Amino acid sequence: MAQGVNIENFSFWYGQSQVVKNISLSAPVRQVTALIGPSGCGKTTLLRSINRLHELHPGTRAAGRIAIGEEDIFSAAVDPVDLRRRVGMIFQKPSPFPHLSVFENVAAGLRLHGLAQGKEIAERVEACLRKAALWEEVKDDLGRKGALLSGGQQQRLCIARALAVEPEVFLMDEPCASLDPVGIMRIEELIRELKHDYTVIIVTHNMHQASRISDQTAFVLNGELVEVGRTKEFFLAPTDPRTEAYLTWKIG
Amino acid sequence: MTNRRKRKALGLLFEALCVLAASIAIVVLALILYYVFRRGIGVVGFVFLTSLPAPVGVAGGGIGNALIGSLLMVGLGALIAVPVCIAAAVFLDQNPASKLSAFVRFATRVLSGVPSMVIGLFVFGQLVLRTGNYSALAGGIALSIVMAPVITLSAEEMLRLVPSSQREASMALGASKQQTVFRLVLPGAAGGLIVGVMLAVALAAGQTAPVLLTALTSRFWLESLQQPTASLPVLIYHYATSPFADWQAHAWGAALVLVTAILVLNVTAQLSLGLSNRRR
Ligand SMILES: Nc1ncnc2c1ncn2[C@@H]1O[C@H](COP(=O)(O)OP(=O)(O)OP(=O)(O)O)[C@@H](O)[C@H]1O
Ligand SMILES: [Mg+2]
Repeated sequence: MAQGVNIENFSFWYGQSQVVKNISLSAPVRQVTALIGPSGCGKTTLLRSINRLHELHPGTRAAGRIAIGEEDIFSAAVDPVDLRRRVGMIFQKPSPFPHLSVFENVAAGLRLHGLAQGKEIAERVEACLRKAALWEEVKDDLGRKGALLSGGQQQRLCIARALAVEPEVFLMDEPCASLDPVGIMRIEELIRELKHDYTVIIVTHNMHQASRISDQTAFVLNGELVEVGRTKEFFLAPTDPRTEAYLTWKIG
Repeated sequence: MTNRRKRKALGLLFEALCVLAASIAIVVLALILYYVFRRGIGVVGFVFLTSLPAPVGVAGGGIGNALIGSLLMVGLGALIAVPVCIAAAVFLDQNPASKLSAFVRFATRVLSGVPSMVIGLFVFGQLVLRTGNYSALAGGIALSIVMAPVITLSAEEMLRLVPSSQREASMALGASKQQTVFRLVLPGAAGGLIVGVMLAVALAAGQTAPVLLTALTSRFWLESLQQPTASLPVLIYHYATSPFADWQAHAWGAALVLVTAILVLNVTAQLSLGLSNRRR
């Protein structure tokens, strides 16, 4: 079941340096929220806080609240390993498991969490590959190593892999950064499909992409949230002068 | 532009010297192989590989028990060393910056520089003297210590080749650290791990001192792990230094068998490493 994400007064430190500063932002359920901002402003850090992937680095500290649905992800009752199953993540660099076949890449999460057995695995794998718009291209050779696909296919494979464990939220960190225009178009189409069933938060450096696929856009600068609004209004009539400067390439 | 010509000439000279130095290694190996092959080939045959050594002056006889003894002790050594060393490598990989890791790495590097004679002496003092007999078990333990640094250091390197992006992808899928190790890191590095083990086995198979001091030798078939046990390197050592021509000939035959085994292991390791690199 899709869930919204509610970030309240969230801050994050690497050692002494604070890279996310008291950000409050809510990503509505079944909508696409785009995070934009110059390089190094803390977008990836914020995104990786939502599945608590960043606390794996030593010396980091977080403060504030992030809720998925009603549940505070930092509460003692939440196991971060379990949380990460509920939050799908797509990385900038496509990262299929290279020693596994296309089929096994998608099945990995099913097997890991015991979500399906026997024949059901094959059905679920097919369904996920279809949903990720990859089935037609790989159905004749599911035994091929995942790493042998093209970059765009690999990224869709990663989406299929994430879909298999039925996450509530999708986090995407510049998922199109290494793709060609056709690959980008396919991922964008896919994201538009995904938002019917999932909440999507996507980091992108491409303003056009943000305006094409997102319902809401948030602008982050030096770790602070400068402005957030409905995407149409955000790009047409930004209220903060810093946003306007960024959109016209004066910052970043 | 004499300067330029000078630089060019120097560059050529340097390159030629490098090629020469590199060729020396190849020439030496080729000479050894040629020599061992020429002297040994006439001796090696089915009877030679499957018979007990014959007394001086008696025709026939072979290296069957030494062959089995070597296989057993090297296998035993690998059986002990592989799980421990791969587990250690996993620890190093998971805790790269910890104090314990730094210490383990240091100790491993020192161990790899300890003369194998000293390793043999250590096991001799700790096991052979205490139990009162030379044994295949002691030999296997000594060889496991010889293999340990090679396996640990190569395994750590192979595990490190699994990029952090994939580990993060695994964690992001909801895998725990242990699951990530067992389902992603170890299977992903399996090819490289096997290569490291093969090289360690090849190294251990040729070691003389550690088995001489721990398993001694034997003229009989192996019956238990608690007995003195023959091995190829020790047999070669004894036969080659004996005054009898037929024993010396057998030393060449045994050397040919041993060198061939080591060569095959190394070549297989090299080939499979090349293959797995190309697949990445
Ligand atoms: N593991 C880390 N340890 C210490 N500092 C880090 C670490 N990761 C990121 N930083 C720092 O935190 C800041 C924010 O980094 P982050 O990756 O979140 O930026 P970003 O907005 O995603 O940038 P980009 O658009 O280039 O991906 C940067 O100044 C970066 O140098
Ligand atoms: Mg980033």
